[in-house]
Amino acid sequence: MSCTVHIPSPLRSYTAGAHRVPADGATLEEVLASLEGRFTGIRFRIVDEQSHIRPHIRFYVNAREAQELCAPVGAGDAVHVICALTGG
Amino acid sequence: MTAMLWIGTRKGAFTLRPDERRRSWKLSGPQFLGHIIHHIVQDPREPRVLMMAAKTGHLGPTVYRSSDRGRTWQEADQPPAFRKAADGEAARAVQKVFWLTPGHASERGSWYAGSSPAGLFRSEDGGERWQPVAGFNDHPMRSKWVGFGTPDGELLHSVRIDSRDPKHLYLAISAGGVFESTDGGAGWTPLNEGCAADFLPDPSAQYGHDPHCVAMHPLAPDRLYQQNHCGIYRLDRPARRWERIGQAMPKNVGDVGFPIVLHPTDPDTAWVIPMDGQTVWPRTSIGGKPAVYRTRDGGKRWRRCDDGLPKSQAWLTVLRQAMCTDDRLPHLGLYFGTTGGEVWASVNSGESWRCIARHLPEIYSVTHAI
Repeated sequence: MSCTVHIPSPLRSYTAGAHRVPADGATLEEVLASLEGRFTGIRFRIVDEQSHIRPHIRFYVNAREAQELCAPVGAGDAVHVICALTGG
Repeated sequence: MTAMLWIGTRKGAFTLRPDERRRSWKLSGPQFLGHIIHHIVQDPREPRVLMMAAKTGHLGPTVYRSSDRGRTWQEADQPPAFRKAADGEAARAVQKVFWLTPGHASERGSWYAGSSPAGLFRSEDGGERWQPVAGFNDHPMRSKWVGFGTPDGELLHSVRIDSRDPKHLYLAISAGGVFESTDGGAGWTPLNEGCAADFLPDPSAQYGHDPHCVAMHPLAPDRLYQQNHCGIYRLDRPARRWERIGQAMPKNVGDVGFPIVLHPTDPDTAWVIPMDGQTVWPRTSIGGKPAVYRTRDGGKRWRRCDDGLPKSQAWLTVLRQAMCTDDRLPHLGLYFGTTGGEVWASVNSGESWRCIARHLPEIYSVTHAI
């Protein structure tokens, strides 16, 4: 299944500046694996080595927050990677 | 060759290049604007190679490598990361790569990295892929050794390698102590005897101390110095008991600080920057009067070096990676960066100082490269 992943600005160095990229997968985990296959290193910046979503990252599938990597993703869904508005 | 400095800051990396006399300095950068850069280190075995520890406020930590003296950078394929936790085991994830050390001269391409939470990692391919050093990260005593960390988390730093033996390693943890391995990192033992830990209930504890920076003399690897939360120390191996050489500092200054740097050829010469460790630990210049202190006799005597530094109302903080020397003898260059974004330079072994950059972001590291 193919979805569209919306890439936030801190991660666009991996996608050659692309704001939206297609990816495959029936779960968020599979979508991230698909992204990693094309953009090496991108997954580790947003998911840690224990497969936990990093503290200042959020995922949305369409308009719903996905708090687990096992969250389902359907064909045509929009996956948003959000960098929480923190820092200074 | 003319020295240059790499400046790692909370908002990116900068360089300072001097003219031949080191009078005029040209600031360049930023590179990686917005990235938190904890350490930038040149590979003495291949001076074209540099390693940079980086992350951003949102994203996870990583390492960048350059093979053209910092003109271009490539991200590690496999940055430092702990092994996957087993079921029921506490899961650790690297929050930041804090420290980088090139490996032994005989092991080209090898590097060590220290992280927060405290972890040790090794690369054998020039920083492309990093593996956890299980001998430390999975040591049955590790959770006790790392204690309660610092306000910035547990910090593993000061990875030092004996120039005579690639398997003889030291590392330091804030807070946790100094640890030694003689088998390439498979086994570790605490090395803190003689160090004060006045914040611990047991003053004779074997670990739990807070070494801020440990330095090994490159030509005399049995000579170690330590700037600790509780004093300045020297250790001449094979002895195991640190001697508090900071007792010779003026009593109204004390012997608390973050960095300690060594003369490249004279094992008896070292520099520190004392900071205020009283009451709530402001960690600023004592009385608002910054000074570098130098010993030329292994810590028996210390001399204040503040010519050119502000005489009042200058509340500087200099972090542990933010001071270095160059290699220009006999007029050795000495440099430090402040959390207020200033870089100060001395081109006469610390006798006098001049500000060579200001208005930079908070400075985490100042390192010399050729």
